[in-house]
Amino acid sequence: MTAKEKSWKEISPAGVCWKPSTEYMTGDWKTHKPVVDLEKCTRCTLCVIFCPDGAIHWNAEKEDIEFDYNFCKGCGICANECPTKAIEMKLE
Amino acid sequence: MESVVKQKVLALNGDEAVAYAAKQSDVDVVAAYPVTPQTIIVEKFSEYVANGEVDTEFVCVESEHSAMTACLTASATGARTFTATAAPGLALMHEMLYVASGCRTPVIMVIANRALSAPLNIHCDHSDSMSERDSGWIQIYAENSQEAYDSVIQAFRIGENPEILLPVMVCLDGFTLSHTLENVHVLPDDIVKEFIGIRPIPLVTTHEGKSVPFKLDPENPMTMGPIALQNYYFEFKRQQEEAMKNAQRIIRQVHEEYAQTSGRRYGDGMLEFYHLEDAEIAIVCLGSTAGTVKTVVDELRAEEVKAGLLRIRAFRPLPVEGIVRAVENVKAMAVMDRSMSFGGHGGPVFHEIRHVLYDAPTHPYLVDYIYGLGGRDTSPTQIRKIYQDLQMILQTQHLGKPVRYVGLRE
Repeated sequence: MTAKEKSWKEISPAGVCWKPSTEYMTGDWKTHKPVVDLEKCTRCTLCVIFCPDGAIHWNAEKEDIEFDYNFCKGCGICANECPTKAIEMKLE
Repeated sequence: MESVVKQKVLALNGDEAVAYAAKQSDVDVVAAYPVTPQTIIVEKFSEYVANGEVDTEFVCVESEHSAMTACLTASATGARTFTATAAPGLALMHEMLYVASGCRTPVIMVIANRALSAPLNIHCDHSDSMSERDSGWIQIYAENSQEAYDSVIQAFRIGENPEILLPVMVCLDGFTLSHTLENVHVLPDDIVKEFIGIRPIPLVTTHEGKSVPFKLDPENPMTMGPIALQNYYFEFKRQQEEAMKNAQRIIRQVHEEYAQTSGRRYGDGMLEFYHLEDAEIAIVCLGSTAGTVKTVVDELRAEEVKAGLLRIRAFRPLPVEGIVRAVENVKAMAVMDRSMSFGGHGGPVFHEIRHVLYDAPTHPYLVDYIYGLGGRDTSPTQIRKIYQDLQMILQTQHLGKPVRYVGLRE
C-alpha cells in the first residue's frame, strides 16, 4: 500500500484492471525456491511445460532453461515432474 | 407534452406480460432455468425463440447458479440480458448475484415472488427477494401485471444507464400476479424498441492504458472483477453505492419518460401515494397487496375516515427523503411485511421504514404487521382491521405491541 493509491472516484468500475498482471510480483509469495542442477538437467523442458505460472522459460539463444523468480510462487511442481530430479526446492 | 400512443389490450397473466415485455425489448441473451411460479416466463420466451419471433440466444442451463453466471458473463460482453427465477432458484443464485452487481453487469431479472422452504411452499411471499436486498441489485415491486410489463421495459433503460450499470430485479407476486389473467395494455413493438434503444456502453481505462468500451472484446482485452484485496475492494463497493444513489434520479426519469408514451404512472416511480396528503392513518406495503389496500382506503374515505396508502415501488434504492416527506402528516402507520427476519424486530420493510423515520422531525406511531406468508390470502376485512387498530392507537395514544401478525391462528 502506498500513498499513491487511487480513490473510488478515480478507478474504473467493476474492478477493471488498470495495470497488467506482470506488474504484480507474485514471486514474493514463495517460501521454497527451485534450484536446478545443470549437470543433472537433460533440457527436456518438462518443467517449462508444467509450470502453472509460466515462470520457467526456454532461452533459445542460450539453449537453456531460465527461472523467473519474480513470478515463481514456489509450488514445487517442476521439482516433482523433473525426470532426473535435477530441481531441488530450497528454503528461502 | 404527453403523446400517449394507441395500445392493444391483451389478456395476459403476469408471467406472460413479462415475457411479452422481454420479447419487445430486443434481448440478446436469455439463460434461465424453470421454477414455479416463474416457469411460464421462460416457457413463453422459449416459444418466441423457437418461432423465430426474436433473435435472442436462449441458453438452457443446468441450474440457476449457472443461469446467473451465463447472464452476467453475456452482459459483460455488452449483450442485453434477461432471466427470471423464484425462491429456491434465487437462493441458489445468491453467490452470483453479488458477482453481477460487482461486475456492474445490468442483467434484468424477474422474480415471481415465492416462499422459501422448509416446509416446501410454492406460493407468494417476499422472503426470496428480501433475502437479496443487500446484493447490490435494484429492486422494483409491481402491484399488478400491467405494472410488471411496464417495469420490465423500464428496467433495461435503468440498469443499462452508464451512470448506473447495475442489475435490476422486477418482482411480481407469485400466483396472485404471475398466474392470474389480467387485461394488459401493450405498447407497439417499434415504440418499445425506440424507447429502450441500443445498450449504451461507456468507456473505461484498461491495463494497456487505453480508453475502450466497457465490455469483453478480444480486440480490446480487459479483466473485470479480479482479485481486489485490503487496498482496493472497499473502493469498488463505494462505487456501487454511488450507482444506487444515481439510480433514484434515473428511475424517476425513465418512469416519467415512459409515462409520456404509455399514459401510465406509478407515483413518482419510486413511491406511490394513495390518499396520503391528508391521511391520519396509513399503511405502507409492497406489491399486489396494495390493490386490496386501495379498495379498503376507498371504502374508508366514503365513511370519511382519513386513511391512506404508501406503496414502495423501488425498495432498492430506498427513497429515504421521499418516505419522510410522504408520511410527515400521518399520525399512525402500519407497515406490512410479507417476510420475516427471525429474531429481528419485525420484518425487513418495518426495519427500513422505522430506520428512515428516526431522523424525521416528527414521526407517526408505527406498527408492523407480518402477513400472507406462504401465499396465505389477505382479505379486505383484515386490512380494514389494521386501519381500525391504527384508529385505536390514536384514540388511546398507546402503541401496544409493535410487531403483530395478520391472518395467523393464535
